[in-house]
Amino acid sequence: MTVPSPWNAAVARTIIDPLVTLEGPLLPVLHALQNHFGQLPAAAIPLIADALNLSPAEVQGVISFYPFFRTAPVGRHILQVCRAEACQAVGGRELEAQVKQLTGLDYHQTAATGKLTLEPVYCLGNCACGPSLRIDGKVHGRVDAQRAAALIDSLAGDSR
Amino acid sequence: MTLKLYISQDTSALALGADEVAAALLARCGDRQLTVEIARTGSRGMVWLEPLVEVDTPGGRLAYGPVTVGDVDGLLASGLGSADSGHPLALGPTEALPWLARQQRITFRRVGVIEPLSLGDYEQHGGLVGLRRALVLAPQAIVDQLKASGLRGRGGAAFPAGIKWQTVLDAPADRKYIVCNADEGDSGTFADRMLMEGDPFTLIEGMAIAGLAVGAEQGFIYLREEYPNAHRILAGAIAAARGAGILGGDILGSGKAFDIDLRLGAGAYICGEETSLLESLEGKRGTVRPRPPLPAVAGLFGRPTVVNNVITLASVPAILAAGGDAYAGHGVDRSRGTMAFQLAGNIRRGGLLEIPFGASLRELIEDLGGGTRSGRPLRAVQVGGPLGAYLPAAQLDLPLDYESFAAAGAMLGHGGIVVFDDTVDMALQARFAMAFCAQESCGKCTPCRIGSTRGVEVIDRIRRGESRGANIALLEDLCDTMINTSLCGLGGMAPVPVQSALNHFPENFSGPGPGRTTL
Repeated sequence: MTVPSPWNAAVARTIIDPLVTLEGPLLPVLHALQNHFGQLPAAAIPLIADALNLSPAEVQGVISFYPFFRTAPVGRHILQVCRAEACQAVGGRELEAQVKQLTGLDYHQTAATGKLTLEPVYCLGNCACGPSLRIDGKVHGRVDAQRAAALIDSLAGDSR
Repeated sequence: MTLKLYISQDTSALALGADEVAAALLARCGDRQLTVEIARTGSRGMVWLEPLVEVDTPGGRLAYGPVTVGDVDGLLASGLGSADSGHPLALGPTEALPWLARQQRITFRRVGVIEPLSLGDYEQHGGLVGLRRALVLAPQAIVDQLKASGLRGRGGAAFPAGIKWQTVLDAPADRKYIVCNADEGDSGTFADRMLMEGDPFTLIEGMAIAGLAVGAEQGFIYLREEYPNAHRILAGAIAAARGAGILGGDILGSGKAFDIDLRLGAGAYICGEETSLLESLEGKRGTVRPRPPLPAVAGLFGRPTVVNNVITLASVPAILAAGGDAYAGHGVDRSRGTMAFQLAGNIRRGGLLEIPFGASLRELIEDLGGGTRSGRPLRAVQVGGPLGAYLPAAQLDLPLDYESFAAAGAMLGHGGIVVFDDTVDMALQARFAMAFCAQESCGKCTPCRIGSTRGVEVIDRIRRGESRGANIALLEDLCDTMINTSLCGLGGMAPVPVQSALNHFPENFSGPGPGRTTL
């Protein structure tokens, strides 16, 4: 995945400015900022509120409502395990337990090395070939114990 | 001679290694001095055969699958594309495979066939015929075609689409909107994703026709964040459609305007509920709005708004092209036309198939799906997503149409069918339904917000064996309260899987037995 840039208010303004004329600009603004900075730090809130003529509380409320928006840095890779029914029917619960054990992480935790964050996800739309997990932008299907271990090992090669 | 191959770039094909197979085929053909051209299509819907490799021959496409990188050399040595290669992965002509031959593809007829971003392919396979017809019709005549088709909302609620459009057409306003609900969050469903990844212009064309029908010049697609592949393809298709004058200020030279803005959700399941979705598009928390007013009267930014699911809108071009009556010629009773069913979970041959309403669950699961993937006996089937009922094996002869399902206390929803074998613990599935509702509740109404959490606790007590009789009665009462007093379908339907698990699988709530797991 792309390496997030450190917070910079001037850069943030250049990201926000072209979006303010959209109908309903707040979610596009939050996506664009998180896409660039990897998260939505507290410093972003007054900036967004000012640009969109909202109260900081409104912006904060929207960020906290949506699980995808993050207010803290995450790992260089994000591993999402599907928890939904179609995956449960083919061993999804076992896969969840195994991934937690292999990574030593629980959901919403980031490895101390900063390499990996583990997140739950409710359906990746890959339901005919589960159990599924997603690493950054890529979905993997029919992930058994061996495949899960291999995928997690492949991240170990990333030593940035 | 150039070898022309087709390999899917659908998310599920990629999840099973389609990119790696395509790369290996390119490399190995290079080694053998073979010229090869690989077209990346959507998926034919036969997910168990992915990665599927199709070879263009004078007699039509021949299918090979599922292909792994390790199979590539052997396939090329066997003479890929010769009718009698004898290779164990050779499946013969694609269109003759029983799974495809059984279908009646209308909405999905181009998916898996064309390159998704090729407007040339799209037009060559019947694209834009519906839009061109709509451009010479009066708005009321377009709505009349939709009414004649009998099309009902494919997102799950099954509301007659023509009546919704009529309401928006009749509502006076300075500005109206077409909103496509592409927040396909139900487990076991992937029809929207496959359509958007395999034939995005159909959705764009359907939205443009909707705009012409009701007098809206702006459309939004609200796509879930979990679908990055669909996002990339849709964004490309919208740009291409603008470039070709299908979208913009002068649709195909007609002087009429319509454009589409693609927006991303942010991981909230509730935003698949239409009023939450509208709040989210407006830049707010995705909390549910009370109805009335209906979105058709006061929707996005308070304006009259058509909110339709992806498959509903993508069915519109074919309806306009062939006429509403032709579409209504398929199906049974008040379930007209075709439905894209998705076979998922513990199923040997999983995937998507589009057939007229009226087939039985048994035909889909046993004949086409081949039974469970594990080979163990089937125990339960959940139809219609996480808020759908669990049906026991004894109900497999239920016909797949809206009324038959409603009569059985179930719903077709978005057509997702999730199969479970006999290792499933139905009390645990009931617990998950309540836990999921608690996780995804928008918090606006009490029965959903508090009821779901209490539901998890009561099921835990039942599973631990604490005052079982009294706690089951309490759970039934709680389900009744949530169904009758919740503001929207999340709290109102999350008890449905719980009740059906209690009714059909009481043994899992009454102590040790088959499928019972420990806490």
